[in-house]
Amino acid sequence: MKNIIIVFSLMMSMLLSLSAAHAAADIEINTPAISAIKGSMQSRHAQLAPFYSSGAVGFSRDGLVAVRDAAAVPLAQRQALNNLVAAENKDRNALYAEIANGNQHPEWEPEIRATFAKRWADKAQGGWWVQDGSGWVKK
Amino acid sequence: MKHFYWALPAALLLPACVTINIYFPAAAAEKAADRIIDDVWQLQDKKAAPAAPAGETPAVQPAP
Repeated sequence: MKNIIIVFSLMMSMLLSLSAAHAAADIEINTPAISAIKGSMQSRHAQLAPFYSSGAVGFSRDGLVAVRDAAAVPLAQRQALNNLVAAENKDRNALYAEIANGNQHPEWEPEIRATFAKRWADKAQGGWWVQDGSGWVKK
Repeated sequence: MKHFYWALPAALLLPACVTINIYFPAAAAEKAADRIIDDVWQLQDKKAAPAAPAGETPAVQPAP
């Protein structure tokens, strides 16, 4: 009798963990908050793209953008560039948190951030700079 | 002695509940990231433009 209880509870827990794995197989990104952040980033991209190409700004391994080579930008433009980078990173941080929250898993934020960091780097155009484990690399 | 065995299901079910919290759908997250990046960088539009030095075009484009 005792053995039956043990085997039964073992099977139950296996079933439960299996169904848990299947239940969470999708990521929701169509929330108003995510769309708003995406729109803001999309309109900023045209301003940032020249800095990506010149190497002034690169994609850091934490899923953000960073001023890599301020010397590539005329002194008069540097403050504007810093503001642009700060605004972009604010959006990116909000985006990662919002995806995690929107999927009822705030604790997923670091994994979502890491996934984005990898995909930004993979999809970056030739000539753009990305940060890997050892440092900045030109694609 | 028999009471001890009633604690066992609880002990076994607890890790199962933790599984729900730690499971991260990596493949789905990657697809979601790709969709957002394509939107932000407008990669779909840029495909037509001549300035597309990236050798590989985005592989997965499940346009809704």
